[in-house]
Amino acid sequence: MKLDRTAWLTLGLTFGVPLCLALLNQSTALSSALHVPTYVIALAGKYLCFAMLALAVDLVWGFAGILSLGHAAFFALGGYAMGMYLMRQIGTRGVYGNPMLPDFMVFLGWKELPWYWHGFEWFGFACFMVVLVPGILALVFGYLAFRSRVTGVYLSIITQALTYALLLAFFRNDMGFGGNNGMTDFKDILGFSVQADSTRSALLVISAMFLCGQYLVARYVVRSRFGKVLIAVRDTESRTRFLGYRPESYKLVVWVLSAIMAGIGGALYVPQVGIINPSEFAPANSIEAVIWVAVGGRGTLSGAILGAVIVNFGKTWFTGVLPEYWLYALGALFIFVTLCLPKGVMGLFGRRTA
Amino acid sequence: MSEADTLLYLDGVTVTFDGFRALNALSLYLEKGEMRAVIGPNGAGKTTMMDVITGRTRPDTGTVQFGVDTDLTKLDEPAIAALGIGRKFQKPTVFEPHTVWDNILLALAGDRRPRFSLWAKETADEKRRIESVLETVRLQEFRDKRGGDLSHGQKQWLEIGMLLAQEPQLLLVDEPVAGMTDAETEQTAELLREINKTRSVVVVEHDMAFVRALDVKVTVLHEGSVLSDGSIDHVSADPKVIEVYLGR
Amino acid sequence: MCRLFAAFLFALLAALPVGARADQVTEAVAALASPGFDSVRAGVEQLSYSGHPRAAAIIGALQAGKLFVRTDKALFVKQDDGEFADALSGEVAQPGGLKQVRVNNSVRGAIDAALGVLRLFAPDAAARREAAEAVFKSHDPAALPALEKVLATETNAGAKLKMEQARAAAVLASPDSAEADRVAAVAVLRLRGDIEARGFLASLSGQPQSVTEAIVTAITGIDRMAQAWSVAQSVYYGLSLGSVLLLAAAGLAITFGVMGVINMAHGEMVMIGAYTTFVVQQFMRANTPGLYGASLLVAIPMAFLVSGAVGVAIERLLIRWLYGRPLETLLATWGLSLGLQQAVRSIFGANNKDVDTPGWMSGATELGGLTLTWNRMYIILFSIAVLASLMGALRYTSLGLRMRAVTQNRRMAAAMGIRTPWIDALTFGLGSGVAGMAGVALSQIDNVSPNLGQSYIIDSFMVVVFGGVGNLWGTTLGALTLGIVNKFLEPVAGAVMAKIVVLVLLILFIQRRPRGMFPLKGRAVES
Repeated sequence: MKLDRTAWLTLGLTFGVPLCLALLNQSTALSSALHVPTYVIALAGKYLCFAMLALAVDLVWGFAGILSLGHAAFFALGGYAMGMYLMRQIGTRGVYGNPMLPDFMVFLGWKELPWYWHGFEWFGFACFMVVLVPGILALVFGYLAFRSRVTGVYLSIITQALTYALLLAFFRNDMGFGGNNGMTDFKDILGFSVQADSTRSALLVISAMFLCGQYLVARYVVRSRFGKVLIAVRDTESRTRFLGYRPESYKLVVWVLSAIMAGIGGALYVPQVGIINPSEFAPANSIEAVIWVAVGGRGTLSGAILGAVIVNFGKTWFTGVLPEYWLYALGALFIFVTLCLPKGVMGLFGRRTA
Repeated sequence: MSEADTLLYLDGVTVTFDGFRALNALSLYLEKGEMRAVIGPNGAGKTTMMDVITGRTRPDTGTVQFGVDTDLTKLDEPAIAALGIGRKFQKPTVFEPHTVWDNILLALAGDRRPRFSLWAKETADEKRRIESVLETVRLQEFRDKRGGDLSHGQKQWLEIGMLLAQEPQLLLVDEPVAGMTDAETEQTAELLREINKTRSVVVVEHDMAFVRALDVKVTVLHEGSVLSDGSIDHVSADPKVIEVYLGR
Repeated sequence: MCRLFAAFLFALLAALPVGARADQVTEAVAALASPGFDSVRAGVEQLSYSGHPRAAAIIGALQAGKLFVRTDKALFVKQDDGEFADALSGEVAQPGGLKQVRVNNSVRGAIDAALGVLRLFAPDAAARREAAEAVFKSHDPAALPALEKVLATETNAGAKLKMEQARAAAVLASPDSAEADRVAAVAVLRLRGDIEARGFLASLSGQPQSVTEAIVTAITGIDRMAQAWSVAQSVYYGLSLGSVLLLAAAGLAITFGVMGVINMAHGEMVMIGAYTTFVVQQFMRANTPGLYGASLLVAIPMAFLVSGAVGVAIERLLIRWLYGRPLETLLATWGLSLGLQQAVRSIFGANNKDVDTPGWMSGATELGGLTLTWNRMYIILFSIAVLASLMGALRYTSLGLRMRAVTQNRRMAAAMGIRTPWIDALTFGLGSGVAGMAGVALSQIDNVSPNLGQSYIIDSFMVVVFGGVGNLWGTTLGALTLGIVNKFLEPVAGAVMAKIVVLVLLILFIQRRPRGMFPLKGRAVES
């Protein structure tokens, strides 16, 4: 696969900047002017995970025309799978010191680990679930939706209903995922303390690697003949049908791929922010992810990454300086981008590449 | 006419939209290798007929037999397309963000499944076939132009080119010359005659000069069923046709 | 208190036309005048069933310690002014040698029962009904004679029914009743059919065979009735939830269903309506406290105007630039909703606001086994009214005609001289205004907070999509179906699970019927 300048630039920045941050954090003294504090590392890691979610949204929205208002659900599911692994790693260090049961289960008076928690003590199994759970959900949901030709805003509305239903479900204590509070107080991941600076730096670099990998996969997919069909489906779905293509199977493939990408993003997100709870399923989160893509430039892949980083940086800055005005700013951003900047920031550079 | 010569046989097809009968027990034969022009006033059911043949609309009653023993009413659009029925829309519909070359590439007969297209590389054979289609529709020099940047007439030809690349047995062409200049209309008639040498064609058209230029059997639809058929001179002399077009 | 009550009864009973058997009264008076608590008690009971117009006054006086006996066994009542009156005639007298009639606990019990029975003769039908209900609860066989007596003359149907039930209970409780009477009594209680009748029937023992059988059948029958009532109650709750959904979705049926505009800020139009209600109440409390009870009626048109005006402004400033780009409209209006929420939060604060429920909307009424709360009832009626006026407006007004023309064929409508941009703005304003009116209703049952709208937006969209876009009847049916299904699932699955199940069912339904229950058909739909 040939990479053009945009691609090289994207890869260079998404990998280079986090790597530099991590190195500066690890190799310089606290007092040094070049020292990058650990909270910056954590923030950067969070942005990269959001960028993965944005990339996933762009893949389906930008190239298949599916405006998902429920992609955060896949992100959160991946996060929960990782969270379950991290919970099991706590072991006897929990408040109740139960070697098998996480604290919240002891608190609820549960005696046994539910069947679906078994296996999560192994990292490999958890990683498998990070891919499998969002993938299966996307497969079932997508199969039903695309087969019956639910499109456009109808599809958007039912994706939102999906994440809303999951939100309600995960709020329930009897689901066995920690209810309202979710999972937190993680201790270590693969034997390394999640609090340690070195682990955080490593997680940042790993996130950058995954983001680059996802970017390359997405780029390959949209530039393949498959991607050309996908774009054709996006713009003129019925024409592709009369040419003998089955748009539903194309959408399903890219939908599942996108869900898995979002799930991986969520899995990397949880150890870096140290908590996963049902609010990640909130419909508002999914819609926010869409605006990241819109800001960066829909259907550009690089733009999705850029948009996620810009908007989340803005959010961090605003909530620190003018917390009252963040919602105004976000609301205005939605309106401004849709009205005045339909091609996003990437459109400003006059480039529409994938 | 023996059964083996019949390519398409619509038998008593009725389609109702909220009480309005778009097709009313329509029956129609098409022989292999035949070119047929279908005319009729607005609302006569021409486009609905195309929708039924291509699987977009399911009829309430009636069957559509393709070849010897295939009932098209049981199949969906991609399956019907795979059988060898291509359709050109009234409004030229090409993939606007793609180049002319890619438009033809996507239309080329071949494996349509994602598992193939994900890994597919352009082969020498595909390149040759695309070249040949481009030559037929006279778009060689526009191969790198975006579909959306073509002129109206060029889009119509590109769409016909895409149909050819599909290598169908039967082409359904909906108003191919609407909005074309006289020269373009003449070229299109020539193109269709050329295509008809190897494939069956059904042309829906309003432009009588164009239909006359095609010089083929004509079927007149009215209120969802066949009003008259025969040569252009025969149907234009038919008093029923005259009444529908001129009367009332 | 007791004295007051006695005086009240006295006043009531003085006018009672029930003739008392003279010998019974004489006996009763004699018993009251005799020494010994047992005889006094017997006298109280006898007097209470006598139906004598002064019975209540005498017993009341006894209770208050104001009944005196003369040496010749004549009874006198000490009045409030200190004068004495002849117990039976009520005439003022100057007796001498009086002795107070004394009571003990056993007599007091008899007095209470007697006063209860006496209320059966009250001139006020409601009081009689209450008294009968009290007798039913005590099912004291001693009350039977009084019941028989009062039943013979009772004309009020409600009171009569209660009395018959009380008699049935007393008959069953009495050891002396005939078997046939008992069976008939069981039938009466079965018809009553509530939890108390069931409890009483279940508590009976030692009844004859045929009666026991009747009781068993009656209990099963009552249980079945109770089930039917609980289904009806669920339907009522479902209808009330459905009408809330309908109110929230009706505006959306206009903006999304008719215009095809995805307004994610629709919930905020509802929220603005609720806050308008709050402001109107604050204003009226300060300026026109006399009319405060009507504040909701004032709030309805105000909310319509305020939300409608905001809607027109949104259409003119934002949405008109985005026609034909539904997904972008969705994003832009979502952004708008964030801004509106934050604006309301800045102006009114993040806390819930108290919106009062006027007196005429509180409380509940019983209908058989149903409890119908008034506020829910009014919301159901209100949603019907809103729907009817909306349909009327679309069908019969010239604005409605233009709206339909524009949505069906914009260019043709424009060619016929309709100012399509203004029609767009007004249609959007109408939908938003209806949302505002929904806000008035929701302010009565939900917290008025900046997040009010968000909790309804997904539900509203689901209703519109479920019912079929562009069809108000579909929206209505969709809302009611969702409401009822939800309420039927709730007892089985719990409130949250019910909602989840409904959402999942909806997702599956939309996949079966992508265009809702009542889709628009035709060639044009897909293209």
